[in-house]
Amino acid sequence: MIKVENAFFTYPSGVKALEGLNLEIQDGEFIGIMGENGAGKTTLVKHFNGLLKPTNGSIYINGKNTRETTVAELSKNVGLVFQNPDHQLFCETVEEEVTFGLKNFGFAEEKIVERTDWVLNFLELERYRKSSPFILSGGERKRVALAAVLAWDPNILVLDEPTIGQDYLQKERLRQYIEQLNGQGRTVIIVTHDIEFIAECKPRIIVLSKGKIINYATAKEALTNSENLSKASIFPPQIAQLFTQIADLGLPKDVIDVYEAKVLIENLLKGGKRNEGV
Amino acid sequence: MKVFEGLKFSRKTSIIHFLDPRTKFLVSCVIFLISLIFSELIILSILFVAQIPLILLAKIQREWSHSIRGGAFLIIIILSTNLIFGYISNNFQLTSRLLIHSIAMAFRFIIITSSFSIFFLTTSPDNLSLALEQSHIPYEFCFAFTTAVRFVPVLANEAQTIIDAQRSRGLEVEKGNFLKRVRKYIPLLIPLIVNAIRRSLELAEAMESRAFGAKKQRTNIYSLKIKKADSIIIISSLIIIFLAIYSKFNLQIPIIQIPLLPP
Ligand SMILES: Nc1ncnc2c1ncn2[C@@H]1O[C@H](COP(=O)(O)OP(=O)(O)OP(=O)(O)O)[C@@H](O)[C@H]1O
Ligand SMILES: [Mg+2]
Repeated sequence: MIKVENAFFTYPSGVKALEGLNLEIQDGEFIGIMGENGAGKTTLVKHFNGLLKPTNGSIYINGKNTRETTVAELSKNVGLVFQNPDHQLFCETVEEEVTFGLKNFGFAEEKIVERTDWVLNFLELERYRKSSPFILSGGERKRVALAAVLAWDPNILVLDEPTIGQDYLQKERLRQYIEQLNGQGRTVIIVTHDIEFIAECKPRIIVLSKGKIINYATAKEALTNSENLSKASIFPPQIAQLFTQIADLGLPKDVIDVYEAKVLIENLLKGGKRNEGV
Repeated sequence: MKVFEGLKFSRKTSIIHFLDPRTKFLVSCVIFLISLIFSELIILSILFVAQIPLILLAKIQREWSHSIRGGAFLIIIILSTNLIFGYISNNFQLTSRLLIHSIAMAFRFIIITSSFSIFFLTTSPDNLSLALEQSHIPYEFCFAFTTAVRFVPVLANEAQTIIDAQRSRGLEVEKGNFLKRVRKYIPLLIPLIVNAIRRSLELAEAMESRAFGAKKQRTNIYSLKIKKADSIIIISSLIIIFLAIYSKFNLQIPIIQIPLLPP
């Protein structure tokens, strides 16, 4: 469980990045963090594994205060995947990249082999096992970076901007991985600007703006509250915009899902024809 | 990473910012030379104190103190190696002279750091480039130099992100003996170097697509002019350096004696 108690954070340069956050994330939840550029999203998630400590207030991970725990100890529970894979890949092969974390955390030899096989298989990287991470494509490098963290099976997984530069197919696969991991009981937190991706994943959403939480609600509530979203420079997903504009047809406004929209429109059209017939 | 803050130009308006880069460079060099000519603590203290008004005038106290704090580690090394080796070669006797000399050496380092820190903090990379160009240095060199200066903070930022990313993967740089620690820099250095090379290639491509070097004869919208204030400062600096050299050979500089210690 992650508990944020009245957390403030000011960078040494004087930028106030977090201004009094209160937040609780239960085990097994699926959370999306959204907000404008510079809202403090990355700053917030860096607090979850202790890279940054709040200048005021406290953060507890599974009951432990991050101030009294090392980054390594916290990272074993909280796997943080950075936005740019080029900031962490350095090994000669993908396999070594994956075992790096496992070795750091002192896993036994058999366990390392087992976890490496599992993660390469899970993220479909098996055929790149002996390739250099530097020759892979951007999307593949991102997957290697994810594999390198997923390897030690942290029960809280935090992904900063996982969809940047990914084609539709990759995003779809990423969504499946995330849903699978979350389905197995892990907490998954994604930071993203990709509203359509969020609308498909439907996590619980934290809207962050200028270092403050301005909404913490279900995807349906948060993504259809355009007034609230606009404070964080976010525009609702296209489906939601459409349903807001055709609300006088008697359809619900809070639709973010294409499938739900399809059913509603079908019903409307069928009903409409019946009306004409009468 | 704080060290780099002390080299990062901060856009402010002050008399010091307004001076010609060449003037400021000359002043920094004069301070540097005097601090090398003399090893007496009195002169070095005067040099140090003389910089304080410049720092205050330029309103760069905070950035300046970052660069000094960043150099604290080196300052301590200079102080302690001077003390330790002086102590050993002095038949294990702590004398006033030795102590004063060690402090003076540390001071010399502080003065040099701070004089060039003042220069870089108050000179914009653009002006620096102009100054180099107008000193008839080939444009390619000026460009390379100013780009390097400009990219220092970017690299420092990137290094911090890389450290964060690897710490998140369980890397503990502070742990283990010396050899183990050195090995732990590999995961930090490789991404840093790879990214720097990648960036420089991208920069080269971006420059070529904007026709860098297409014309041999470059012109500038702005050009630097030596103003009246600059001339006054340049002339006084030259007089000061001349006086300094003269007094080095002709004057006796008083030596400070620390009480309770043999001379
Ligand atoms: N290392 C740093 N030093 C100083 N200020 C910083 C640093 N990193 C971030 N900031 C500032 O803190 C604020 C929050 O930054 P943060 O990176 O958390 O935003 P973000 O929500 O992740 O934005 P983005 O969507 O652009 O990734 C910004 O104003 C930023 O300029
Ligand atoms: Mg960010």
